[in-house]
Amino acid sequence: MCKGVAITGMGAISAIGNNVQENYDALVSGKIGISRISKVDTVHKNDIMVGEIEMTNDQLKQELGIAKETAVSRTALLAMLAADEALKQAGINDINDCETGLISGTTVGGMDQSEKYYFEYLESDEHWGHINGLHAGDSTQKLADHLGLTESFVSTISTACSSAANAIMLGARMIKSGQLDRVVVGGTDSLCKFTINGFKTLMILSDTYNTPFDDERKGLNLGEAAAYLVLESDEIVKRDNKKVLGYVTGYGNANDAFHQTASSENGDGAVLAMEKALKVSGLNPSDIDYVNAHGTATPNNDLSEGRALLRMFGDQVPEFSSTKAFTGHTLAVAGGIEAVYSVLALQNNVIYPNLNFKTPMKEFNLLPQTTVKQKELRHVLSNSFGFGGNCSTLIFSKEAQ
Amino acid sequence: MKPVYINSIGSVSAQKTFDNKEFLNEIRDYNDTVIHVIDPNYKEYIPPAAARRMARGIKMSTVSSKNALTEAGIENVDAIIVGTGLGCIGDSERFVSDIIKNDEQFLTPTRFIQSSHNTVAGQIALGLGCKGHNFTFVHSAVSFESSLIDAKMMLQNNEADTVLVGGVDELVEHHVTTHRLIGHIKKEPVTSKDLLQSKTEGMVMGEGSHFFVLSNKKSNSCYAQLLAVKTFNTLAKDQVQQKIIALLEKQEMTIKDIDLVILGNNGDVNYDDYYEQLSASLLKNTSQAYYKHLSGEYDTATGFAFWLANKILKTQNIPESVQLNTVEPSKLQTILVYNQYRGENHSLTLIQKC
Repeated sequence: MCKGVAITGMGAISAIGNNVQENYDALVSGKIGISRISKVDTVHKNDIMVGEIEMTNDQLKQELGIAKETAVSRTALLAMLAADEALKQAGINDINDCETGLISGTTVGGMDQSEKYYFEYLESDEHWGHINGLHAGDSTQKLADHLGLTESFVSTISTACSSAANAIMLGARMIKSGQLDRVVVGGTDSLCKFTINGFKTLMILSDTYNTPFDDERKGLNLGEAAAYLVLESDEIVKRDNKKVLGYVTGYGNANDAFHQTASSENGDGAVLAMEKALKVSGLNPSDIDYVNAHGTATPNNDLSEGRALLRMFGDQVPEFSSTKAFTGHTLAVAGGIEAVYSVLALQNNVIYPNLNFKTPMKEFNLLPQTTVKQKELRHVLSNSFGFGGNCSTLIFSKEAQ
Repeated sequence: MKPVYINSIGSVSAQKTFDNKEFLNEIRDYNDTVIHVIDPNYKEYIPPAAARRMARGIKMSTVSSKNALTEAGIENVDAIIVGTGLGCIGDSERFVSDIIKNDEQFLTPTRFIQSSHNTVAGQIALGLGCKGHNFTFVHSAVSFESSLIDAKMMLQNNEADTVLVGGVDELVEHHVTTHRLIGHIKKEPVTSKDLLQSKTEGMVMGEGSHFFVLSNKKSNSCYAQLLAVKTFNTLAKDQVQQKIIALLEKQEMTIKDIDLVILGNNGDVNYDDYYEQLSASLLKNTSQAYYKHLSGEYDTATGFAFWLANKILKTQNIPESVQLNTVEPSKLQTILVYNQYRGENHSLTLIQKC
């Protein structure tokens, strides 16, 4: 367990851009991706705001060279586009030239199509191609096929909103322990009625732009995205003379064991996850230069996470911000897209603004970074928390530890 | 590498497996296209008021995980890892159906909450107060094996000393109906004993929940040692044999060291060939067993296979009902489990008597 885990490629598509560069440009120029929903025909369209990706499924298929009539969910299409970009950056021509794995996180899988044809399946065979898409693993299997990955470890993690973070964590552990030489990790989720209505019943959707860590925050905006990273072992980096974008140096997963959907008041699980991640990286809290917070803008999350940050860092909380005001909460992908943002932060020595923040929370005097800030960054910590008490922390560093 | 022990088991399946003292003493025969679990007395495990709102997958898993913990003689673990193809799919289906029928109105959160694939792992953690690593794998036929791989890595790399690992899937109506439409489930009923001779397309769908306590320390209750687990997203028929040999080579073994192989034949005329070609070649002189006529086919059916393998090593007995050929093993020391589903998601799992 002493091998470095290098990041050699990244790909992303979200409401603020169809590739990594567009995402970065939006983050530093303050261009948000939150709007009214246009691609899901929901009765709630006037009550909610979302982070929707501009491209339609037909456009995605065209971009990917997939025939229009092929049954592929939006979740899988987004995954393919982002993973292609990641592999391209990593300069991989033959994905099977070493022991390569694929680990993808998703919560909805092919639900965006399943919910459309749920009863129609019984009447006509027109959309039967989507039936198997309901399996969350189906989107990953299709992604593996698209990437040409064969005879390999391919799996899917679904731990709600920490799914992609956990996929990155598992991938890093598999490289470290020598089980894989290379692994494509990340996640994908598309907007659908299922999650819109689910979060609606939980009454944690904001009817306007989400405002992370603000005292008057009203809830989250759902978003959709896909993001993948290529992780490679030291041997492969050396063999192929790869350019390394950054390293995964710390990771930790813990369970809040408090409530199925709510975080504990003092953020016990979050503290444990951050402690574990620091321990794995061998770093001290004072080494963390920037925290990319989960910051969903729900009353519960931001209070719990804020308290956890105070418990972790005391009165030395580093600059922190949530990028969800830009993208919305992309559920399974949150930890994946924010991993991409964290690595970009390291590469560019820049901290992204926590938009829409006006009033400090009354419970503590934590102030997120609200403007773009240039700062020499060595280590960035990223949090992702999900239902089922699932708390995950990743640490990204410029250099291997 | 530190050894990984399987210290205890827990099962709820279409056979009476919830009592660890028994081992397929009486076989329930089916003549159907879907088979449900034999329900244990849930009241012994769950307060009735809580049970009413609980998804079936959670109920089954409460029993099998509790039985595994009890047998291991422990009250908590360092990590909980669950594999499930579809999670609590019954709740997901109800939520989708309510969205459509009620035009997105009058919905309640319970169904949605239980729809999260990691509900079972989360609920067990909540019940135990377990704050450790909590993962859920949802990758079709390798969901359970992904969990085993994660658990094994944790134990061997000192990330945990004791891990609760499980696989669970529940059988629900809409899923059955749609999978019958696309021919994944058999059109005609078949009896358990005739499953492999059905010569028809599709499988008999089942359900079940299996949990195991894995540890780097051997307990008195120990069943076996987990030597290796490997999965493959794709594998051509003629490559399976080579992968088995390679896996054994890594353990410094040959096929002669395998006393029993447990195969995943499910009676689907289009895919059982993956097993049959092995039975007739590499495994010709190896004792063979099968189980999907007892458990049904589902994403985590290999949980039943893993349960069966552990039981066989501990009791040193291969029940007649699972024997696939007439080769008698000279000893029962090492068992290999091979599975695939519809030609994809192959897995090899190797365990040894401890």
